[in-house]
Amino acid sequence: MIYLDNSATTKPFPEVIDSFVAVATNYFANPSSLHGLGMKAERLLAQAREQIAAMLRVKPNEIVFTSGGTEANNFAIKGVAWQYQRRGRHIITTKIEHPSVAEPCRQLEELGFEVTYLPVDREGRVSVEQVERALRDDTILVSVMHVNNEVGTVQPIEEIGALLSRYPKTLFHVDRVQGISKVPLDLKQAGVDLCTISAHKFHGLRGAGLLYVREGVRLAPLIAGGGQERQLRSGTENVAAIVAMAKALRLALERYERDIGRLQALKDEWLEALLAIPDIEINTPRDGAAPHIINFSLKRGVKPEVFVHELEKSGIYVSTTSACSSKKKAPSKTLLAMGLGEDRAERGIRISLSFDNSREEIAPAVAAIKQAIKTLSEVTE
Amino acid sequence: MNYDRILIRYGEMTTKGKNRNIFVRRLKNNIARKLQAFERIQIEYMRDRMYILLNGEPHEPIIEKLKTVFGIHSFSLAMKCENDLDAIKETALAAVRQLPYKGKTFKVSARRVDKQFPYRSDELNYEVGAHILRQTDGLRVNVREPDIDVRIEVRQDGTYVTCRDIFGAGGLPVGTSGKAMLMLSGGIDSPVAGYLAMKRGLEIEAVHFFSPPFTSERAKQKVIDLVRKLTTYGGRIKLHIVPFTEVQQAIYQGVPNEYSLISTRRAMLRITDALRRRQRALAIVTGESLGQVASQTLESMYVINEVTNTPILRPLVSMDKLEIIELAKQIGTHDISILPYEDCCTIFTPRAPKTKPKKEKVFHYESQLDLAPLLEKAVNDTETLVIDEETGQGDEFAELF
Repeated sequence: MIYLDNSATTKPFPEVIDSFVAVATNYFANPSSLHGLGMKAERLLAQAREQIAAMLRVKPNEIVFTSGGTEANNFAIKGVAWQYQRRGRHIITTKIEHPSVAEPCRQLEELGFEVTYLPVDREGRVSVEQVERALRDDTILVSVMHVNNEVGTVQPIEEIGALLSRYPKTLFHVDRVQGISKVPLDLKQAGVDLCTISAHKFHGLRGAGLLYVREGVRLAPLIAGGGQERQLRSGTENVAAIVAMAKALRLALERYERDIGRLQALKDEWLEALLAIPDIEINTPRDGAAPHIINFSLKRGVKPEVFVHELEKSGIYVSTTSACSSKKKAPSKTLLAMGLGEDRAERGIRISLSFDNSREEIAPAVAAIKQAIKTLSEVTE
Repeated sequence: MNYDRILIRYGEMTTKGKNRNIFVRRLKNNIARKLQAFERIQIEYMRDRMYILLNGEPHEPIIEKLKTVFGIHSFSLAMKCENDLDAIKETALAAVRQLPYKGKTFKVSARRVDKQFPYRSDELNYEVGAHILRQTDGLRVNVREPDIDVRIEVRQDGTYVTCRDIFGAGGLPVGTSGKAMLMLSGGIDSPVAGYLAMKRGLEIEAVHFFSPPFTSERAKQKVIDLVRKLTTYGGRIKLHIVPFTEVQQAIYQGVPNEYSLISTRRAMLRITDALRRRQRALAIVTGESLGQVASQTLESMYVINEVTNTPILRPLVSMDKLEIIELAKQIGTHDISILPYEDCCTIFTPRAPKTKPKKEKVFHYESQLDLAPLLEKAVNDTETLVIDEETGQGDEFAELF
């Protein structure tokens, strides 16, 4: 098996699974329970929070655990909207956000909020000037992803943060789901107010994620109930998955320190091998992209969904750029926004690497890709 | 060229005349323990300053740690070079370039400690200033209120260039003023009192009264967490956990309600004093602040304090509650303190405690009780934990993370 779909989900580290099993087995109590076992679960939660906060260089009370990235993105956007709607009802985001940002924005539009969707350039990057021009007196939130999930473009988060530091009434949310452990970002220095992270993108387990909420920012809770997570996110905490997330993050950041050069080199080798294939076009920008995502478009006549299945036969797992395009013919929002044309946007394929991928995989995978293109072209022509 | 050292300026200890060496050595040891994770650093110390040679270790995390060490007035990132004009120019330029200097103003302040050096201070100022100005964009000179003050010190052993001052925690090195017992409840005040005591150079051992099942393991854990926070400022700290249930029950049953609080406090002070003797400390620190609660009126303090003539230090005595809360937030104990668990001060609290208790009445009520054996037992059964800054939570969970 050659697994090249790490931006969809990563394989959990074995140590992470061990932690999950140990916690779920031995410390299964409800962390809110008064008795000693409950207290142990609570301590585990506190320790996970501290460890994660230290790694993100923020304070423990700035971490709100959620069920994952989608919930954290929804919470950031709707939480700001409900809390600050008297301050203003204008939100700025981009045309290339993940659906878990785009959809809540659309829902808010139905409720009378105004949303500006900023365009991106040919490389898939939003410009700081455009953010500045879109800002208004009633702008309460700017939400920009850190690393684009489809093509890997790194957005100018630090620059936007510097701009927004002059607009204290406008909060800054960053969806960092694809960026963490691959592209460094200092939340405090970048002036980020809210930041989304999801465990299963760095070899943790799905069902756990978090929202960084800078001290001083108030959010209306989406999930009300027993008042867990300082009233911000009720629901019995998923202690085992959260502890596993803390461990996964530690291991992933260690891997970053050790292997980022290797991953970058691996991506370059991949790019070189793909560029040598005549019938595909690379969509990921050469500079300013994350070290783990490569996006390319297939030649006309090769359907990306069919291509994915064809590769699967050789035990190679890749993605079409848009997860929901398997049934309806939906062009990639990001590739469209980059101005690559509807046709190219409908034929995007994403390869996403992790620190576990190796260069030995490149040759057989590339051979299989070539073969698949050949086979499918013959069928359709 | 990178910053290769951190220059540390001493605080109040510079006034210490003949004893200064003791203070300097203690400060050096405290810093060395604080920075033990950075294996390559070396610490050089002399009478009036200290240098941490980085030897390739990153300076940012070291700076963060130094901010919590008492006895440091201020410190600066520094570079060292030979006493040679060209070398000094290049070093000063490199120092400026490592700062966000665009759009800022600067000046050069040279000091020539080594009078053998052929250039006078004002010549150095001119030469180095002109060099920096020529080699940078967007940097202007302002000799009155510069954003960046490039300080050059030509000493016998070399020239030091610094341009960024960071304030230290002030105070005296922990351990230079002797040892005291800190009565630590789990509330907001007592950890702050401990912090201030350490700032004056005291080494502290914490004493906590634990009354199971009336107070929970969570309350105990909270105190452990508080002590752990305090270790940021004082390295390793001992925590004595006194089993207090029986004493508290005996008082509750034997002393009229409005006087039980006073008697409880007296019992705590007696136990703490016994522990102080055992641990060879010379004072007791409390978080009392005059007039805050019934047991902290002057009349109550008088009656409570009557059990011992050991010095009781009350660093918060003149502070307002809001000032205390502010400081608690600064030192990171506030969020732990406000966790809502019962502690031994909140259970058995009288509905209407005496704010002006009579000494004779307390003596009378206590004479009817035989507290001494219970106090002795509490002291003997006290559990002592050693809490270290580096070793975090118990090993029970270690492998899970």
